Amino acid sequence: MPSPPAVQVTDVRKRFGDTDALAGVRLEVAEGEVVGLLGPNGAGKTTLVRVLATLLPPDGGTARIFGLDVARQAPEVRRTIGLTGQYAAVDELLTGRENLRMFGELFHLSGRQARRRADELLERFDLGHAADRAARTYSGGMRRRLDLASSLLVRPRLLFLDEPTTGLDPRSRNAIWDVTRELVAEGTTLLLTTQYLEEADQLADRIAVIDHGTIIAEGTGDDLKDRVGGQVVDIALAVAEDAITACELVAHAEPTDDPRRIRVPVDADDALGALSRVSGALSAAGIPVRDVGLRRPTLDEVFLELTGAAGGAGGAADIPPHDSDDGATVEVERPPHGTDEDHRRQEVA
Amino acid sequence: MSTLMTDPTAGDAAPAHTLAPPPPGGRLSTLYWGTRDTWTVTKRNLRHYVRQPRLLVFSTIQPVMFVVLFSFVFGGIAGDALPEGMTYIAFLLPGLFIHSAAFRSVQTAVGLAEDLERGVVDRFRSLPMSRSAVLAGRTLADLVRSLSVLLLMIVVGYAIGFRFTEGLLSALGAVAIVGLFGYLMSWLFTYLALLVPGAEAAQTAGFVLIFPLVFASSVFVPPETMPAWMAAFASASPLTHAADAARALSIGGEVAGPVLRTLAWSTGLLAVVIPLSVRRYRRIT
Repeated sequence: MPSPPAVQVTDVRKRFGDTDALAGVRLEVAEGEVVGLLGPNGAGKTTLVRVLATLLPPDGGTARIFGLDVARQAPEVRRTIGLTGQYAAVDELLTGRENLRMFGELFHLSGRQARRRADELLERFDLGHAADRAARTYSGGMRRRLDLASSLLVRPRLLFLDEPTTGLDPRSRNAIWDVTRELVAEGTTLLLTTQYLEEADQLADRIAVIDHGTIIAEGTGDDLKDRVGGQVVDIALAVAEDAITACELVAHAEPTDDPRRIRVPVDADDALGALSRVSGALSAAGIPVRDVGLRRPTLDEVFLELTGAAGGAGGAADIPPHDSDDGATVEVERPPHGTDEDHRRQEVA
Repeated sequence: MSTLMTDPTAGDAAPAHTLAPPPPGGRLSTLYWGTRDTWTVTKRNLRHYVRQPRLLVFSTIQPVMFVVLFSFVFGGIAGDALPEGMTYIAFLLPGLFIHSAAFRSVQTAVGLAEDLERGVVDRFRSLPMSRSAVLAGRTLADLVRSLSVLLLMIVVGYAIGFRFTEGLLSALGAVAIVGLFGYLMSWLFTYLALLVPGAEAAQTAGFVLIFPLVFASSVFVPPETMPAWMAAFASASPLTHAADAARALSIGGEVAGPVLRTLAWSTGLLAVVIPLSVRRYRRIT
């Protein structure tokens, strides 16, 4: 008998007042897989995780964890899962060590096992020096590490990470990523929600894009990029002052956060042709170029296109910036297929 | 890596996810884990008390202040309403036990409401622990606190002239009755905290309910001195029964009636409010 999938979500619905937080979600995660659930704030990510972690009963549809129904077999489900939430769910008044011992006991480890396990995890998560300080004195990164450690007292078969690095500095974020990768390498199934495309791209085998309570696209990062199609010509100018001229010269060229860099979305079928036309135009105009390259769109660009947020200030505002060059994601308005080539011919020629 | 996932319960060869405890096997196992989880949560809550100066002040200084202030301020005028030869502190202190137990139960509601607002209850709820342990651990910790404050009040009472006159067993009986009454109040306020969301709402609702109940009872003065309608209410109040029971066991008087009525009220209400609270806790998210 084949073992049931780690997560099997069929038409799950959840309403809050007038809002459909989940409007018929379908999702399957195989055991050992790492799936990134990607979506803007309010898309339904956290609601879905809360349903799967038995914290919230679904209004309709079924959700199963390793074949166990989350609504009817919640106690059994809880023995297989670990949950690390968006807000560190640790006891602020207890020390790090006391927190881990308490959660260990509540996972029904013996007192000795709980103490030993707490000490191991404090070491592993680099919290040894702060083990006997109240968690309320911890920094955001330390708190999140303690929270993650709290889900690992007993190794979960399936771990939910709900926006594990939101609000963390890059160093703390990398620490969380490292631990996550180790867990995955050991075979833990992981469902990760994030609004950071980089995070999904870095950690997940497969990405499910969720928006307005439904999964609107699913696949590997490459699949999603293919789905949207297109390529981008990246140009690094020798002098930043040329950027405006270059953007005027080349159709659909866009500035980026880097004043010396511009980029041009082009049709994938004619990417090489477009590259040579763009290079030719710049060379003919005597604009010195340091580097020209062809690349696939980033996942940010794909995401904005899928969720329809591209170009609209309102849509873009739903997605908080995640790093310094995020401002660039607003500008991915790709020309519609077919017409862009005509435009380019006119202007480049 | 091996330190990250060292298997705490089994040999290295066992798949790590089998560490999760076995499914509960029958009532005995459920009872065992329920008791252990309750004790774990109780320890946590007791640690909270000693680490929150605000709570410590509320639990210790305030009752002591009440003992001293009430006995000195009202002692002069209250004497006339009391039976011949009885000092006000003798009458007052057993009443203050009940007063203090009633007001502390508001803290049960506030503590639980604060927990519910924090993420930590989400984690509790995602764990394979007993669902009722969060509530049972909260009320048990409050009982421990209640009894320690009671002890403190007795010490202060002794310093200003109070004496147990009915022997050690009766004195222990008084402590037990106050503990039981306080435990009942804690569960009532647990249920209240589950009904009204938010710590401030719990606090407000608590005080609005507790004030009239405590004052319209035999806690501070004999009900006979009140207007007829209030005396009627006070004589029927479970707080009066509890105060009378504690008083009779402390300084003499009719024991059986008030004690039996307090036992009946407390066990009867506990039998209703505990299942109601546990059900409510399971349902709220």
